[in-house]
Amino acid sequence: MHVNFIKYKWLYFGISLLVLIPGVFSLIKYGLRLSIDFTGGTLLEISNIQSPISNIQDLAKKQDLELSSIQPSQDNTYLLRFKQLDKDQNEKFKSALGKDVVEKRFESVGPVVGAEMAKKALLAVILASLAIILYIAWSFRQIPRPYSPWKFGISAVVALLHDALVVLGLFSLFGHFYQVEIDALFVTALLTVIGFSVHDTIVVFDRVRENLPKMYNKPFPEIVDFSLILTLTALLLFGGETIRWFVVALLVGIVSGTYSSIFNAAPLLVLWESRKK
Amino acid sequence: MRSYIIILTVILLAVVLNLPSQYRPFYRDLSLKLGLDLSGGVHLVYQADTSALPDSDRAAAVEATRTNIERRVNSLGVSEPIIQTSKVGSDYRLIVELAGITDINQAISLIGQTAQLEFRATQVATPSSAADFTSIGLTGRDLRLAQVQFNGGKIAGQPVVSLEFSSEGAKKFADITSKSIGQPLAIFLDDRLVTAPTVQSVISDGRAVISGNFTPDEAKKLVIQLNAGALPIPIHIIEQRNIGATLGVESIHKSLVAAAVGLVVIWLFMIVNYGLKGFLADLALVVYILIFLALIKLIPITLTLAGIAGFILSIGMAVDANILIFERMKEELRWGRPLKAAVELGFHRAWTSVRDSNASSLITAGLIFWFGTGSVRGFALTLAVGILVSLFTSITVTRTLLRLIYAR
Repeated sequence: MHVNFIKYKWLYFGISLLVLIPGVFSLIKYGLRLSIDFTGGTLLEISNIQSPISNIQDLAKKQDLELSSIQPSQDNTYLLRFKQLDKDQNEKFKSALGKDVVEKRFESVGPVVGAEMAKKALLAVILASLAIILYIAWSFRQIPRPYSPWKFGISAVVALLHDALVVLGLFSLFGHFYQVEIDALFVTALLTVIGFSVHDTIVVFDRVRENLPKMYNKPFPEIVDFSLILTLTALLLFGGETIRWFVVALLVGIVSGTYSSIFNAAPLLVLWESRKK
Repeated sequence: MRSYIIILTVILLAVVLNLPSQYRPFYRDLSLKLGLDLSGGVHLVYQADTSALPDSDRAAAVEATRTNIERRVNSLGVSEPIIQTSKVGSDYRLIVELAGITDINQAISLIGQTAQLEFRATQVATPSSAADFTSIGLTGRDLRLAQVQFNGGKIAGQPVVSLEFSSEGAKKFADITSKSIGQPLAIFLDDRLVTAPTVQSVISDGRAVISGNFTPDEAKKLVIQLNAGALPIPIHIIEQRNIGATLGVESIHKSLVAAAVGLVVIWLFMIVNYGLKGFLADLALVVYILIFLALIKLIPITLTLAGIAGFILSIGMAVDANILIFERMKEELRWGRPLKAAVELGFHRAWTSVRDSNASSLITAGLIFWFGTGSVRGFALTLAVGILVSLFTSITVTRTLLRLIYAR
């Protein structure tokens, strides 16, 4: 891979902005669609329903159940979200729907547990970011003068923020248009992406560090993370439905991590380092 | 020489650990543990309402409830149930995971019942079955607390179980003991006989001691059973996740296909790009998979759907390090170094970035483990194990193989 990443730097930054702007806009306008992991509530997946959606809604109303949404998934299978449903209400509701209905999934999370989980998730993301920033500071501490460890560190953090925002923004859009929800697995993917983002940046910066004085037109040989992208694509294409969005989040984050390391962090660093001379 | 021995030993161990149990020279259950999302089942979190108890008794009450739930769940025939207590702030929680269970509602109503502790007396001289005992109106409600004591018995240091009754209970107990000296007084938990000590004397102060040749463990077990009745705490479900078994089977199949496809693609990718070197890296990858599977079984790590994703991801990471190294070698060769030197320099130069980059992933794996439960933790564990094993295979194993070929 021969990349003249200084000559086309504005193009690379532009591509990043093109992805980031709609995502950030969506984040501000629509926010994230949180799952019951964080909000509390009940998710019921039932198949083999013969009656139309309006009947389901009527039935829920008749039984005084707070049905917040109905989402058809596969043929005759629906995802129903309730504010809170206990097992007796669930049994009564299902038997009223017809004796052939099959419950595929029943998940119920109390509001307290949801709130705790949300708090813990936020804390985990903050802690991970802090830990990673400290780690960056540590791993770039011995950069020989005249290069500044700060510039390396800040460029790496910029790349990290880029990757986190790409994933968050895209999932905000997915949430708005495809009802994709942010659950505990998404937070896991986000944390993993944060880890990998630095992983990539470290690999790329290691090369930049060696080549800085002469690198303006140097070919850039590393195929960072290509193997990861291959295996994740296999998982996306052949893996199960249940973790599909988890894999999508990982894949988007890792592609973004590779891109931002090579096309954002490295040119940013080179630009910055060369400016002072 | 040393690295050959280490590598061969590790490979041999990994192979042995992966053999089916009948071919293994030793026995230990090394079957893969499947998480709830793969085996199907139910995950329940209960909130224990300890508000009626003083602070000092709460932990004992929760532990008693946990043991009691365990006993009831075992009667359902669930294999390897998980019943844990956790404390969140000042709240006590009970986490119950039942794999492969079909009648979830039956399990829930069984778990939700509070324990019934009852003292029963007998008129029969030598009672032979539970039917020989009759209720006498003294129940768990009259018992305040049971404790293990080491200085209340006849022999110093011998554990005894002390019972402390409420004032109401003390009156009843004094009355009962005065009528039944020399006779057994049985204690039943959920209609099952726990113990039947003989009444030695009239006890009027509400403080009784059950002596017997208890080992400390037996005494502790008895105390927990008694406290289940003495400190009954209402529990209610605050989280429930039912996972259908069919979904799990489907998921396993799909994940296996995905892993196989990913593996083949990676194998081809390495051979196409790096030729013989790539093939050696592929061999190292086989070693990686062997060691990884052996460790998963040995530790053991419960395999979840996200965990399999972590494994597939780690296959990519395992060759990622090789790619970095091989690219370094190409560069060294381009600068005109002899082949042998290029091999060594490739490993040497790439090592810092391989190490640093993997460390960042390990940090996040640790945080994910802290943050998550169940499936999420499975992911963090497989990722962390994958990173550590891949360091060994992609560096040590590949380097040894390369030296073997290129040294001559």
